Amino acid sequence: MSPAMATDGPALAELLLQRLERAGGSGLGSLEAAAALGLEHQQLVGAVKSLQALGEVIEAEQRSSKRWELTSEGKEIIQEGSHEARVFDSIPAEGLPQSKLMNLPSGKVGFSKAMSNKWVRLDKNADGGPRIFRAVESVQDSVREKLQLVQQGEAESLEEKDRNELKKRKLLTEVVIKTYWIRKGSAFSTTVTKQETDLTPEMIASGSWRDLKFKAYNFEALGIMPESGHLHPLLKVRTQFRQIFLEMGFTEMPTNNFIESSFWNFDALFQPQQHPARDQHDTFFLQDPAKATDFPMDYLKRVKKIHSQGGYGSQGYKYDWTLEEARKNILRTHTTAVSARMLYRLAQQEKFTPAKYFSIDRVFRNETLDATHLAEFHQIEGVVADYGLTLGDLMGTLREFFTKLGISQLRFKPAYNPYTEPSMEVFSYHQGLQKWVEVGNSGIFRPEMLLPMGLPEGVSVIAWGLSLERPTMIKYGINNIRELVGHKVNLQMVYDGPLCRLDA
Amino acid sequence: MRSAAVVQVCDMPTVSVKRELLFQALGRRYTDEEFDELCFEFGLELDEITSEKDIISKEQGDGKAEGASDIILYKIDVPANRYDLLCLEGLVRGLQVFKERIKAPRYKRIMPVNVDVQRLIITEETAQVRPHAVAAVLRNITFSKDRYDSFIDLQEKLHQNICRKRALVAIGTHDLDTISGPFTYTARPPSEIRFKPLNQSKEYTASEIMDLYRTDSQLKHYLHIIENKPLYPVIYDSNSVVLSMPPIINGDHTKISLNTRNVFVECTATDITKAKIVLDILVTMFSEYCEKQFTVEAAEVTYLNGKTCIYPELAYRREKVKPDLINKKIGISETPSSLAKLLTRMCLKSHVTGNGNNIEIEIPPTRADIIHACDIIEDAAIAYGYNNIQMTIPKTYTIANQFPLNKLTELLRQDLAAAGFTEALTFALCSQEDIADKLGADISSTKAVHIANPKTAEFQVARTSLLPGLLKTIAANRKMPLPLKLFEISDIVLKDSTKDVGAGNQRNLCAIYYNKNPGFEVIHGLLDRVMQLLAVPPSKESGYLIKAAEDSAFFPGRCAEILAKGQSIGKLGVLHPDVITKFELTMPCSALEINIEPFL
Repeated sequence: MSPAMATDGPALAELLLQRLERAGGSGLGSLEAAAALGLEHQQLVGAVKSLQALGEVIEAEQRSSKRWELTSEGKEIIQEGSHEARVFDSIPAEGLPQSKLMNLPSGKVGFSKAMSNKWVRLDKNADGGPRIFRAVESVQDSVREKLQLVQQGEAESLEEKDRNELKKRKLLTEVVIKTYWIRKGSAFSTTVTKQETDLTPEMIASGSWRDLKFKAYNFEALGIMPESGHLHPLLKVRTQFRQIFLEMGFTEMPTNNFIESSFWNFDALFQPQQHPARDQHDTFFLQDPAKATDFPMDYLKRVKKIHSQGGYGSQGYKYDWTLEEARKNILRTHTTAVSARMLYRLAQQEKFTPAKYFSIDRVFRNETLDATHLAEFHQIEGVVADYGLTLGDLMGTLREFFTKLGISQLRFKPAYNPYTEPSMEVFSYHQGLQKWVEVGNSGIFRPEMLLPMGLPEGVSVIAWGLSLERPTMIKYGINNIRELVGHKVNLQMVYDGPLCRLDA
Repeated sequence: MRSAAVVQVCDMPTVSVKRELLFQALGRRYTDEEFDELCFEFGLELDEITSEKDIISKEQGDGKAEGASDIILYKIDVPANRYDLLCLEGLVRGLQVFKERIKAPRYKRIMPVNVDVQRLIITEETAQVRPHAVAAVLRNITFSKDRYDSFIDLQEKLHQNICRKRALVAIGTHDLDTISGPFTYTARPPSEIRFKPLNQSKEYTASEIMDLYRTDSQLKHYLHIIENKPLYPVIYDSNSVVLSMPPIINGDHTKISLNTRNVFVECTATDITKAKIVLDILVTMFSEYCEKQFTVEAAEVTYLNGKTCIYPELAYRREKVKPDLINKKIGISETPSSLAKLLTRMCLKSHVTGNGNNIEIEIPPTRADIIHACDIIEDAAIAYGYNNIQMTIPKTYTIANQFPLNKLTELLRQDLAAAGFTEALTFALCSQEDIADKLGADISSTKAVHIANPKTAEFQVARTSLLPGLLKTIAANRKMPLPLKLFEISDIVLKDSTKDVGAGNQRNLCAIYYNKNPGFEVIHGLLDRVMQLLAVPPSKESGYLIKAAEDSAFFPGRCAEILAKGQSIGKLGVLHPDVITKFELTMPCSALEINIEPFL
């Protein structure tokens, strides 16, 4: 019985370990070991892998080498002789009719080779049709001899020309084989213990785990994701912005009113009735309910006056302000409409108390849509009302706010907004884009907005705003807003989303 | 400007100037970066560096751009209220004064010598269509190709911005030497007006002119302003030559050219304040090229009632602002004289009066945007340099509060995700079909608010349910492995006559389970979990219960109403196969939608 027949898995592994023990520190190659044990190389590789799984028993370094192998036809030739030799052998002294020869298994290939070797000759004019005769006494089957050399692992001793010829005849192929160089590992032993896959309750109860060996885990594979729900990335960012405002002492405004009157959305903010933003092309107007019905009338009269005639030190816009225009219901174009309501409410207090407000909610614009613009988006807004606030206070507040977002390099550009004066656009330096990009807009609300509300003269109100979508798209590297907001969202992106850590 | 969400988007006008011409006028060269920096500091934005060739090849393809000019153009964004910066002349003047290289010019209205003042008589018919007009004369002006182009371009910029696409004000400029006053601004039936319009080869009646321009890419936008009026505005000279038919087109007869020396400017308007501003801007900008620089010849406008006004007004207004106020509003501490100097650099000539207690500021006719002391303070801050202001943190002490409804929403979101549902974020606006037909309901049975001017069906109504958005989210994600479990907590909008605007939001929670089986028990279990989170027990008296109900969106016999806090708060059930099909879905689906406001 050959050793290979006796070697199933563990037994083979132990044979390999014994050879390794004998080989000493330098180790051995898997090809040589397979040859020495009379095994297919693949069998030996199986043993190496099972030993690797045990941990530190062996160290196996992968190598690759080229080797010449016999094809199945090549192996047949070693057994039976080359086709041409078989043809030669089958021809008796009196010769053989060509037709008969051609019917032999090696006939066709063997005949042409034997002819070109001049081992046989053809007599076309023989009685009974063409006939083949031996041309020499005996032949030397060099093809078979060369193949035998290859089988003995001595392919290198053949001339390259011969190897190529045999390759051309599809008797030899060159294969790349993955081999291992095997050395003893730190936990080397010549015996293999059976390994447990995992810990069981029984092992814990019996204490048998103490004596058992466990299969090593493959730490390179990924685990199984937990089944869970996920929060939407944009709303994760919203949560962080809320947190920042709360950390800074800002109170959340009730912005749960998407429908707003033009009065609170525009007129209260001293935005003239002919302003382009109040155009059909920019704002969604309502058909039903088309008009708002209820206004604080005293305040409304003061708003009308400041627009049409001026007052409180202002020239006003000097045009015919109409209630009809102010009554028109719209989908609010900014949450500043709510800020106006809040500041009006603040002004109705007996005694003014300072206030800090924020909101993050939806606003609507009837605009042309593209990859970064939708008809609805979220506006983030912060407002501080107190005596004596300065432009420096606005800038300082913005610096603190943006620092919490992880944005430290800021600069400010003069800008125009209809209801803030001074106004400033906020730019931050974007490392990726290598340029200054606008990150928000800000200003001090105009006296024409605040004084008709009834706020005391010395009170200033600073405010700033930005969109929620833009920082989120930048944060998560999203180019098309539709992948983020709305029903066309990519749920895989929602599933895979990281935590929102704005300052990280 | 969308990121600038605190502010209603206002189209920032863009002025395009030739770089060489600009540097020549500024008397020095800048690198693009230096000029960008200067713009930033002054409140402008160097939006783009381009050329005519670039623009054409970008818009129409490389082929069309061949032969176009490759002279470098700067496209500069100008604040929407700074009409004095809408042309090269104004930009250069503003920047040169800012950099203290020149003093702001003083604009003067003068009466003509040796000739009668030009008169424009307004008849009462104009009252019905376009009641106001103002006029002025640019005497002995010298045009060049660039100056002429800038003159035309400024009129176009003014038309697009302050003139509100000619609805409020329309400008006409005429070669005065081709006509003779007095001029009459009147209104006539379209059939009675007949003249050769600018750059046309024959005469047309006003009605024909309207037809002629119906397909004109530019002029077609202005036709609606007068189209349905019985009388059209028109200006004649004393020989019945038509100067213009505002706000549509001038006559060809009075067309100005590079050789024109005397320009008659008229502005007709529905808003007299804006007409005066527009006239002031146009004449202050281009009086630079008059023989007597920065002077404008007056014109007299007479109403039929005998009231006479002299234009352009070119009024200088004086304001007094306390230095202390400027310092306090900005957060700086400059001396009064230094503040006066800062303001003077913004074309607001200022000096200290009293014992240094006041700064007197002269507001020139070019700065109609200055309507309050806060505008003056802003200019002082710009001249000081926004980025030189010391940043400070307000001492304002406040205790923060969350809005209770949002606080509850935040808590519920976290726990719904923990319960294995994924959050969706869908649009508040949708089509009528989404909230009615597709749910098997009639639109009149919803309390939906309707939008008057939607550009597409996607924006017809505000949603009255979160369900359609979630179903559409699933339809867009059909490739994802099942089951799909989604939720959303957000606002729907319902008509509500108790609100000042007649409608209000309601915060709803909606969840949906989409799989090969309907999974009613999953959605029912989620309801139980939500109630557990809200500490509402399953009980008839003080808790919640569900009872069989009918709803067109649900499969008959598979729908229940949810009662809690003594009221109906919503429904749950297996969706109707028709609903599933209409939302382009193929699997059974169960859903839950409740109003969470009773749990505050």
